[in-house]
Amino acid sequence: MNVLNYIDAFFSDSAHWQGYDGIPTRVAEHIQYTLEALAIAAAVGLPVGLLTGHTGRGGNTLALIATAGRALPSFGLMVLMFVLLGLGLAPVMIPLVVLAIPPILVTTYEAMRSVAPAPVDAARGMGMAETEILFRVELPVALPLILSGLRSAAIQIVSTATIAAYVSFGGLGRYIVDGLYQRDYEKVVGGATLVAALALVTLGVFWAAGRLSVSRGVRRA
Amino acid sequence: MIRIDSVTKRYPDGTVAVDRLSLDIPDRSITVLVGPSGCGKTTTLRMINRMVEPSEGTITLDGVDIMKQPVNTLRRSMGYVIQNAGLFQHRTIVDNIATVPRMLGWGKDKARARARELMERVGLDAALAKRYPYQLSGGQQQRVGVARALAADPPVLLMDEPFSAVDPIVRKGLQDELLWIQAELGKTIVFVTHDIDEAVKLGTMVAVMRTGGHLAQFAPPAELLTDPADAFVEDFLGADRGIRRLSFFPSVGLELLTAPIIAVDATAEQIAARDTTDAPYLLVTDLDGKPLGWAEPGELTAGEIRQDQLLSYGRPFIAGTDSLRAALDCAVLSPTGWAVAVDGEGRAAGVVSQQTIGEAIRGAHAERRADGEAGTKADGKTEKAAR
Ligand SMILES: Nc1ncnc2c1ncn2[C@@H]1O[C@H](COP(=O)(O)OP(=O)(O)OP(=O)(O)O)[C@@H](O)[C@H]1O
Ligand SMILES: [Mg+2]
Repeated sequence: MNVLNYIDAFFSDSAHWQGYDGIPTRVAEHIQYTLEALAIAAAVGLPVGLLTGHTGRGGNTLALIATAGRALPSFGLMVLMFVLLGLGLAPVMIPLVVLAIPPILVTTYEAMRSVAPAPVDAARGMGMAETEILFRVELPVALPLILSGLRSAAIQIVSTATIAAYVSFGGLGRYIVDGLYQRDYEKVVGGATLVAALALVTLGVFWAAGRLSVSRGVRRA
Repeated sequence: MIRIDSVTKRYPDGTVAVDRLSLDIPDRSITVLVGPSGCGKTTTLRMINRMVEPSEGTITLDGVDIMKQPVNTLRRSMGYVIQNAGLFQHRTIVDNIATVPRMLGWGKDKARARARELMERVGLDAALAKRYPYQLSGGQQQRVGVARALAADPPVLLMDEPFSAVDPIVRKGLQDELLWIQAELGKTIVFVTHDIDEAVKLGTMVAVMRTGGHLAQFAPPAELLTDPADAFVEDFLGADRGIRRLSFFPSVGLELLTAPIIAVDATAEQIAARDTTDAPYLLVTDLDGKPLGWAEPGELTAGEIRQDQLLSYGRPFIAGTDSLRAALDCAVLSPTGWAVAVDGEGRAAGVVSQQTIGEAIRGAHAERRADGEAGTKADGKTEKAAR
């Protein structure tokens, strides 16, 4: 039996489409974890990245933190948090957030640094306040890169959020963990396919967000 | 008036960019800061809108210390134009220009209407309004930069090498436009350049700076060309300072000959009569009086004058309007050694030889010298002939 047959079998089984272990429930849970983790990571990474990028100070510290963050294994961190904090969503969220902050932080910082200095100089020379310079001159130009940072963070969260299942939470990881345990490869492959599909949807969402929010003058199309 | 009073700028690394500079920048005129790279021009300019804070000394605007008012209020009262314009790439042209009015709280429609008005003033096609900066040429972008600086009608305009990144023809157009805008709007403009020709062309007053942030000379351009303060200024003015100075001598007094001019339908008698004049050549014009070219009197047969018989007359100068420099240039370029003067409509107004122009130049020099001895030269108002 090949992978395609597994996929076909998994998705055509009507039992997989309903109940608390049905595809809609698991997908919704997975999306929920992803959005929560992404929101928290963005709430930390974006302001810090924008501010350090605007002032140009703290770049080295940032790189250091980002490298440290990337070096932490998500699964290990989750187990550690589980041991420390007990059962709850926090042990799942913390590794996801730690995973997502570095790409957001570093890309936002780089994006702000890469804005051409001349328009910023012109803006300052015409008497624009620093916050206005940040939000009205630099951010609109840095936006495509910032979005790409958020996008890679989101994709990483989508694929890593499967670990929630190891500590008895839901999400698409359920199918993979349970499938492996039950030697039900149809389930494993089905779960993995759903994760991949969700990643593609994420890409699509960011593409659309870019089209809507990035000025034509910056996109040059 | 902007008064720079013994201002020194020492950067944190110890570089002294400007050293005890004092300069009175007159209202409603163009003051050019010129000098070699690194002499402190940009630093001086940026101290006026406090993009750089002076280490010592004071700068006053209409008698008020610029440090005594909120920095953004000060900056909004001064237009600022930089090299390559520094446009906001995410905003359309009209919204780029409307930036400062919007900052000052104007409504969107009013600010855009003002922006469109300025586009016209700086010579930008209204069709460009909805474009983005990347869709414009360098020269057009620079015009947008000027329009953006003018949008809130500030009394002062600070310009840092605004035209140095465009090709010479576009640059000339931008310079002419600036002179025109200045004549129209009467702004106080401080203009930085490292191009002495641009300084001489645009400046009402020119401040020549030397490396280390010292002022070498502050004078109207004609005086600069006549009396360089020292060897540095003389060297900086370049080799053809004498020729360039002629730009400031009008061609009004030049004696033009009309006798050597004949129309293309001239009769044999007319040709014969003209043969007796001092000029070795005759200038043939068309029936409207516009010059066609030169010919030797003996070569011409009445009724059979053909264009291909005629020698090119080079480039004419406009009698009275153009300077002696233009007249001399015409004579030098003309294969006959005679310059052709035309009126505003391009009709031949007379011809003049190199020799006559040379005498006029000597006469003008003598006159200036006499003026100088009479003490009337230094009023800073040397009249500029159109160049
Ligand atoms: N931020 C800075 N820190 C230290 N030194 C500086 C700084 N800005 C300028 N300088 C130095 O000050 C001097 C004057 O610089 P400035 O930019 O005013 O020159 P400029 O006349 O405008 O030159 P250019 O024609 O090349 O633009 C130079 O020696 C320059 O290296
Ligand atoms: Mg400079």
